Amino acid sequence: AHDVKTVGRLGGGDRDGKMSEIKKKIRSILPGGDWNPLYDTSYLPPESSDVVIVGGGVLGLSVAYWLKKLEKPRGAIRVLVVERDHTYSRASTVLSVGGIRQQFSVPENVQLSLFSIDFLRNINEYLAVADDPPLDIQFNPSGYLLLASEKGAAIMENNVKVQRQEGAKVCLMSPEQLRNKFPWINTEGVALASYGMEHEGWFDPWCLLQGLRRKVQSMGVLFCRGEVTRFVSSSNLMKTASGEEVNLKRIHEVHVKIDQSLEYQPVECAIVINAAGAWSGQVAELAGIGKGPPGTLQGTKLPVELRKRYVYLWHCPQGPGLETPFVIDPSGTYFRREGLGHNYLGGCSPTEEEEPDPGNLEVDHDFFQDRVWPPLAQRVPAFETLKVRSAWAGYYDYNTFDQNGVVGPHPLVINMYFATGFSGHGLQQAPAVGRAVAEMVLEGHFQTINLSSFLFSRFYSGEKVQEHNII
Amino acid sequence: MAAPKASLHLVAPVWNGGTRGISGLSRVVAPEGNQKKGRSLLQFLADRFYDVEALRDHLLRKRVSKVHQKNRPFNHINQRYGPYVAGAYFILKQGGAVRFQGREWIRPNQRGHFSLDFLKLQAVPVEAVDASGCAINYQGLDSLLALKELQSLWLQRCPHVDDWCLSRLHPLASSLQELSLAGCPRVSERGLACLHHLWNLRRLDISDLPAVSSPGLTRILVEEMLPSCEVLGADWAQDLKLGPEEQPRDTAGPTPA
Repeated sequence: AHDVKTVGRLGGGDRDGKMSEIKKKIRSILPGGDWNPLYDTSYLPPESSDVVIVGGGVLGLSVAYWLKKLEKPRGAIRVLVVERDHTYSRASTVLSVGGIRQQFSVPENVQLSLFSIDFLRNINEYLAVADDPPLDIQFNPSGYLLLASEKGAAIMENNVKVQRQEGAKVCLMSPEQLRNKFPWINTEGVALASYGMEHEGWFDPWCLLQGLRRKVQSMGVLFCRGEVTRFVSSSNLMKTASGEEVNLKRIHEVHVKIDQSLEYQPVECAIVINAAGAWSGQVAELAGIGKGPPGTLQGTKLPVELRKRYVYLWHCPQGPGLETPFVIDPSGTYFRREGLGHNYLGGCSPTEEEEPDPGNLEVDHDFFQDRVWPPLAQRVPAFETLKVRSAWAGYYDYNTFDQNGVVGPHPLVINMYFATGFSGHGLQQAPAVGRAVAEMVLEGHFQTINLSSFLFSRFYSGEKVQEHNII
Repeated sequence: MAAPKASLHLVAPVWNGGTRGISGLSRVVAPEGNQKKGRSLLQFLADRFYDVEALRDHLLRKRVSKVHQKNRPFNHINQRYGPYVAGAYFILKQGGAVRFQGREWIRPNQRGHFSLDFLKLQAVPVEAVDASGCAINYQGLDSLLALKELQSLWLQRCPHVDDWCLSRLHPLASSLQELSLAGCPRVSERGLACLHHLWNLRRLDISDLPAVSSPGLTRILVEEMLPSCEVLGADWAQDLKLGPEEQPRDTAGPTPA
């Protein structure tokens, strides 16, 4: 039996709740509020959008930024960014070590990186939002130091020639010069080193992400917290100029499923951009890419998959000082200085046999003991006494074909554009790739940097764009 | 009686990231915008009227382009008179002072005018540049980097000299002996890390850099990085603060009977 007094109190509490509901309704009806007489649907994406970007990491936001910046007239294109992890807890962008370098062997990579560093230097002119404080990405211009053994010395010289041609400021150093400049290095086994003097270093990727997010929101890009579960597309059988029949597909709708709910919203779209990072392969499968007999263009999958990489943070009080660049050993181990307190970040790429299971982001500390520490201690004797402070793991959007990015439209699913597969270089090339994809979408061809060798069709024709690194 | 033990604690210097809009200093951005109290009339109007917003953006862009204009390279002077004269003209136009080898300092007067006598010194290298307070930035350094025999460079209180500019100074490594960065609001310890290219440096002034997070520690690390250079700047003990005096213990020291 209910106590009369309790019912009264319950009724009183309910009345307060009702008052706030009524106030909310009145506020939403007044001009400036979004009035929905039935129920609040602000968490759902719009019913139609010109461009849907799958993935809200640095590449997706960069594409959104450049689309809004290069569009004519202003406000012409409605862009929706769909990101299922609003805390970015597993996003490759924020788990990255944050380095940027021009020391690549493929000229397009050098150009992408050069534009990106220009973007970062002028970030407050590009991403300025009135009323908000300027961004400080905490860039350390300390440069990259790549070491090469006897075998890789010739390749390194070639690479430096290509880099210098594109405008990178890289210089070659002999082991003796290395010992003079960086006395803490043990140059045994090193035949040549290339050192980036300018435009190279590391920065804070979270700041770049937040800056991009803030700017694209001010430009009118819509964000949705959900997951893309289905593409609704239609096919057309067309004949090419040479007479062979081709089945072209066009995506009409994207089904966005809301987080932790069964509800989904079909979003009509004209263009879909796949910037889902390590999960791009799964998104491409949803669109039907790779569903066909193997060896044909229909049967060519997007070869991007998740790969887990570890990063370790250690403390070494006798370690190298303020001048430490981002050092990459010929064995593939790398490290860089972090802050002023003799802390260092580093890691190593595992070989194909040792690839860890990418199901979770757990860190394997034995990997550090067995694979990272011995080459480190051999290269920098001061690292024989170090103490690991913390470690984390992140995903690479690893392109199993040639470890370089995929940019541009798919030849059969004609309105899906890729901006993914950079296998660890996505962050440092994101501004330039965003601009390239936006140019492709708006103009139909690359205007500033020619990335035709990064198109999807190379997976079918077999032309690899491979980095000739000594790593 | 036990002497009171004064304990030293390392106290992080507290300073605020200035948030005076675009023109202020900064740290990491707050993603959802700042909750500002006391918003100015211009911001209030700009939120409601497109015209005011466009006007404000125009004023901002004009301010930025003024700095760019000041830092333009004087290519025609370079072609006609050579890099030394072009560099000197650039500095004098910005309001700084120049000294050629074996000559006196040339400075502009109160109104910014300076005599053009130095135009005939085409083959005389520039030895010292005092660009204190000038609006020199990354682009403007082009003119300075052409002065191959520059020995002393003073960039005190330059508002646009930042870490990127410091990373550009390495071509002057063989001649530069004195560098002063005192009071530059945008220089941080990350830019100071790339001064190790300047192996000939003998005097470095890094006092009063507000963007450096721990001045004392930074000075120690810079001294280790440049062993043959005299580093003037933050006193290493300035970060340390005397802690509260500890209570004298009863059992410590002889108690008077």
